[in-house]
Amino acid sequence: MKPFPTWLLDRTKNKDSHTLAAYEKAGGYQALATVLKKPMSPADVIQEMKVSELRGRGGAGFPSGMKWSFMPDPAKDPRPRYLAINADESEPGTCKDRVLMEQDPHGLIEGALIACYAIRAQAAYIYVRGEYRKSYDRCQAAIDEARKKGLVGKNVLGTDFSCEVHMHKGAGAYICGEETGLMESLEGKRGHPRPKPPFPAMFGLWGQPTTVNNVETIFNVPFIVTRGGAWHASIGTKGSKGNFLCGISGHVNRPGVYELPFGVTAREIVDEVAGGVWKNRKCKAWFPGGSSCSLVKGEDLDVVLDHDSLKTKGSSLGTAAMIIIDDHTSIARVMEIIARFYDHESCGQCSQCREGTQWLAQIFHRIATGHGLPGDVDALDALAKGMAPGKTICALSDAAAIPALSAVRLFRDELEECVRQKQDPIPYQRVEYAGAH
Amino acid sequence: MALPQKLVSEFDQLVKKYPDRKSGLIPALHRCQEELGGWISPQIMEDLAAYFGLEPVEVYGVASFYPMFRMRPVGKHFVSVCHNISCELRGATEILEHVCKVTGAKPYGTSADGQFTVWPVECQGACANAPMIDVDGVYHEDLTNAKVDALLGGLKK
Ligand SMILES: Cc1cc2nc3c(=O)[nH]c(=O)nc-3n(C[C@H](O)[C@H](O)[C@H](O)COP(=O)(O)O)c2cc1C
Ligand code: SF4
Ligand code: FES
Repeated sequence: MKPFPTWLLDRTKNKDSHTLAAYEKAGGYQALATVLKKPMSPADVIQEMKVSELRGRGGAGFPSGMKWSFMPDPAKDPRPRYLAINADESEPGTCKDRVLMEQDPHGLIEGALIACYAIRAQAAYIYVRGEYRKSYDRCQAAIDEARKKGLVGKNVLGTDFSCEVHMHKGAGAYICGEETGLMESLEGKRGHPRPKPPFPAMFGLWGQPTTVNNVETIFNVPFIVTRGGAWHASIGTKGSKGNFLCGISGHVNRPGVYELPFGVTAREIVDEVAGGVWKNRKCKAWFPGGSSCSLVKGEDLDVVLDHDSLKTKGSSLGTAAMIIIDDHTSIARVMEIIARFYDHESCGQCSQCREGTQWLAQIFHRIATGHGLPGDVDALDALAKGMAPGKTICALSDAAAIPALSAVRLFRDELEECVRQKQDPIPYQRVEYAGAH
Repeated sequence: MALPQKLVSEFDQLVKKYPDRKSGLIPALHRCQEELGGWISPQIMEDLAAYFGLEPVEVYGVASFYPMFRMRPVGKHFVSVCHNISCELRGATEILEHVCKVTGAKPYGTSADGQFTVWPVECQGACANAPMIDVDGVYHEDLTNAKVDALLGGLKK
């Protein structure tokens, strides 16, 4: 792999990287000063974001500058407006935002302030999943430090820009990562996604104009302001610009969260970055970005990791959380776990999703445990096709259907074999860890 | 019974973060669970309903939606064991078995001595350091049976 410039995780290597002192020493809050004192207008910042071609890192890959420009013109719509930062991070395999919040929280706070300035929001709410205590505490401490220095609150850096940044704790429901579920939850309700339209830019938190962005998306903002949108757009591949955080987990020798430029191949990541598949085994299948995207076969590791290339393999980049599955593992078992997850997390508003996730979980369970019935594999296919795409209030139904469809498409023979033999042809291999590591 | 004064003062600050008081409900449920016995009792729901100007059933509706809120009494130590895919690929099944053996609790149950509740949970965002468990709100990653022994053994009275 060729050497490449990094910026997202550089500061995490500094001593006490989570403190204001360390952040300022590394040039922190210069981007905010540039915006406020140069000064740049909110429209200038949005323009820079558009030029950067940054796409959201929360899974859907929506162009961030465009999303910001959907916020209504304050001259015509003077309602209060908000930024909601999505730190719910509960897509299986995904563990990148946590690294940023624990190790470099000021980067997020500075990004939040600039984003609020650009969309003219008076406050940002960082919605952190409840289990991430350390992330919450580190971000809260960063906000407190920044407030003391006049960086958060009234008249930021002595200008007439005022902005609050608040931490908010969720309570462990995957569906609250979906942007409208998140807003309902932040309002103190069950996390039931809202039908769209109206979109958050018109009717978001407390009915006001709101932009929802992922942690890593916002974290990129100060770099883009300082170095320029054109710099960002010069890195990566067509349609996928900059560096991204890749969490790699499962059957590799060195799982971890790594910063990589768009354009590296999955094989480079597995072999060179993550030290290869463990136990000298082969990769049988992998998820490019969390469990909600299609499985890709192990022989297709030469694909480039970016938004467009993965489509050629019938999958998508998702959260860039690669999950590597070795050739001693049963797909029926993998899918049993994943289907159970979506069944557990469906909020139950839509019948396709509520019933569909339950049936997928039951059928994968019975196939994996040797109780599969003739016709089960076809039933999975038909069921999943009835759940997606776009048939429900939110995309959780799609997220459950997509991996199921891919398992049937790529591993039909193996699943059929489980049904025929009345047992999984790939027996479960215990992973004994006593004394390992 | 009413909420302890300490929590009431905290909540008075908390609700100022939001344009709408009710937004403080979930953070407040967390604080009650932490301070008042480790679970959300009917009494807590009544007290929070009174504080937020809601019906108790509305508080129940919210609390019961979220996996982190425990709707029945739990042991002194709460052990969450991730059993989602990245952890399963690296031995979560064996870790769960071992946690149960060491604590004497069954999955979703509490040990006879009331010391431990063991709860399988979905992905906790520690996938690159699987397998993982969370004990009383603190993550423990890259687990081995030996680490589980040291950790939970140390917590036994
Ligand atoms: C079921 C479901 C769960 C989601 N979970 C998350 C999450 O945990 N974190 C996140 O940033 N986005 C999540 N998303 C995507 C958000 O809805 C939204 O697209 C994203 O936060 C927008 O930010 P971005 O444009 O910066 O990517 C989820 C979407 C769905 C359908
Ligand atoms: S698709 Fe599923 S999770 Fe989304 S709103 Fe409908 S029932 Fe709820
Ligand atoms: S799968 Fe266990 S922490 Fe993500």
